[in-house]
Amino acid sequence: MNRAIIEIRDLTRHYDMGGETIHALRGVTLSIHANEYVAIMGPSGSGKSTMMNMLGCLDTPSGGEYWLNGQEVSRLTDDALARVRNKEIGFVFQTFNLLARASALHNVELPLVYSGVPARDRRSRAIAALTRVGLANRMDHRPNELSGGQRQRVAIARALVNEPSILLADEPTGNLDSTTSEEIMRVFSELHGQGQTVVMVTHEPDIAAHAERVVVLRDGRVESDRLNRGAAA
Amino acid sequence: MPLLEAVRMALRTIRSQKLKSFFSLIGVLIGVTFLIAVVSIIQGMNVYMEDQFANRLVGLNTFSLRQRPDIVTGAVKEEEWRSWFRRPRITYADARYVKEHVTVPATFAMFCSDRQTLSFEGKQAKDIELRGTEDSYFRIKNVDIASGRAFSEQEVRTGQAVVVIGDLIAEKLYAGVDPLGKSVVIAGLPYRVIGVAAKQGTLFGISMDKFAVMPYTAPARRWICPHNVLDELEIRATNPADVQVAMGQVEALMRSRRKLRPDEANNFFLQTPEAALDGWKKISGILMTALPGLVAISLVVGGIVIMNIMLMAVSERTREIGIRKALGARRRDILSQFVVESATLSLVGAALGIATGIGLAFLVKAVTPMPAAVAPWSIVVAVILGVSVGMIAGVYPATRAARLDPIAALRAE
Ligand SMILES: Nc1ncnc2c1ncn2[C@@H]1O[C@H](COP(=O)(O)OP(=O)(O)OP(=O)(O)O)[C@@H](O)[C@H]1O
Ligand SMILES: [Mg+2]
Repeated sequence: MNRAIIEIRDLTRHYDMGGETIHALRGVTLSIHANEYVAIMGPSGSGKSTMMNMLGCLDTPSGGEYWLNGQEVSRLTDDALARVRNKEIGFVFQTFNLLARASALHNVELPLVYSGVPARDRRSRAIAALTRVGLANRMDHRPNELSGGQRQRVAIARALVNEPSILLADEPTGNLDSTTSEEIMRVFSELHGQGQTVVMVTHEPDIAAHAERVVVLRDGRVESDRLNRGAAA
Repeated sequence: MPLLEAVRMALRTIRSQKLKSFFSLIGVLIGVTFLIAVVSIIQGMNVYMEDQFANRLVGLNTFSLRQRPDIVTGAVKEEEWRSWFRRPRITYADARYVKEHVTVPATFAMFCSDRQTLSFEGKQAKDIELRGTEDSYFRIKNVDIASGRAFSEQEVRTGQAVVVIGDLIAEKLYAGVDPLGKSVVIAGLPYRVIGVAAKQGTLFGISMDKFAVMPYTAPARRWICPHNVLDELEIRATNPADVQVAMGQVEALMRSRRKLRPDEANNFFLQTPEAALDGWKKISGILMTALPGLVAISLVVGGIVIMNIMLMAVSERTREIGIRKALGARRRDILSQFVVESATLSLVGAALGIATGIGLAFLVKAVTPMPAAVAPWSIVVAVILGVSVGMIAGVYPATRAARLDPIAALRAE
């Protein structure tokens, strides 16, 4: 098996809600290896998004360990975390989270701006990333001039542009119709085929069917973790 | 993130919300407009006062010996004013004595004046400044003769009834007629017009062409000065250094002639272009002291407005901040983004203020007799102030933005 990119051990996350404590994650242990394609499933409220935010270094765990590429990120400073988000992680959101006032190209360039890539290289790399997701002809469009599927492709291009070690997607097809969802899934499969490690949250079984491995969460714990029959392993 | 990048980003944001940006920078705009306009007008006035007012009224390298100041631009106390009138007058003998004893090369002209009515064939020109002087006066005051000639030394010596008239009188009394050789009645006495002075235009909206010049020895002299008495002795040297020497000599000569003790003040006055500017200098001094305060007030207000706008921008753009953080923006990236945005906003305000200030100054110049000249330093100051107000106003909102938690920011609506 490939080297582990992600190692989480007994990861917990709770929220204090005015006296009441909500346990979103109750101790999750999981390893994800290079070039895996993992789907995270589970009922609503089971802690999928909470876990993804933790994996994406957007949120910090209440307890447990998170090792990313052999580095314990739960101990990093704010700036170091920003660097990890910038270089190691590509995050795709359900709601796209594009800058409304910026063109597709500029949206894709953003991570490169924060890693200090000079303007000329930035442009060519952003164009390359947009080309990879089939949007080379829509670079100058703003998000509101693009369809939902196209917006999500821009978001994927943005997630990929800095060549992250892992691509995280929280319900990437949640706001899309089934045809468009299939298109986005094809993009993910292609990226996986090119060696990209992918972790994706979904609660649609036919979307999860694209992945090699399915982890099911329930009530903040891993309920099952199995390889997908039928998917190319 | 490089500065240029941040400025470009800020400009993009400002451009995408033009109206809001405009209102937010209006305070800075007003402050800077004020700064530029007031400084321009003061600067213009300075140049004008020196070139036009002082040098035209008093003359270049010129000073005059008088009983009391005649150009009083500041406030004078009642007593002081009265004491001026108790002083001895300047006499012909004083003038001759001074003329003989000043050692630097200089030109002198005895001078008297009063308001008189001039008439020609039933037409009248009232309230005309009738000047009685010597032929050298034309050289001292640079009075150009447009047609005809000035009177000669001989005409002064023999007290001829000849007169050089100002352009306005030529227009008023001799419309359509050549005034040269025509007669003019001054205080009931007939005079011959021998010259017309070149048009001088206006000074603060007052015509400079309402005058007539005659020899101080001419028949009408008793209407302008008592016998043997002068309003002033005009003295013109060839350069500023000689002016200083001549002034020192005139002062010493007059003091010894009037037997003043060392502890006694001068009982005569030396009018210089600089002395004529005294009052203006006081006024502009007050303006220049008050200006920083006024500008500061509007800039503080402008800064507070910008700070509030930036706070609003931060809360409106919480999601954007979340996105940027999710993509790897560090605290200092977000901090500098908002500080630069605030500074850019303010700088745009300053730039607009510079433009409106210059516009305003030139408007004032166009519609009032007041002049205007833009001072380059005021533009530099405006730019520096603009940027610093924006930066200071931006720090607090930017710190709040930078501290936002990425996931909380992303969840914001
Ligand atoms: N910021 C928060 N404050 C308080 N409780 C929270 C917060 N975020 C999540 N939770 C709680 O944590 C639990 C897990 O939420 P999470 O968003 O991870 O679920 P999910 O599996 O992604 O659900 P869904 O499929 O609906 O997106 C839920 O009970 C939720 O109410
Ligand atoms: Mg979720």
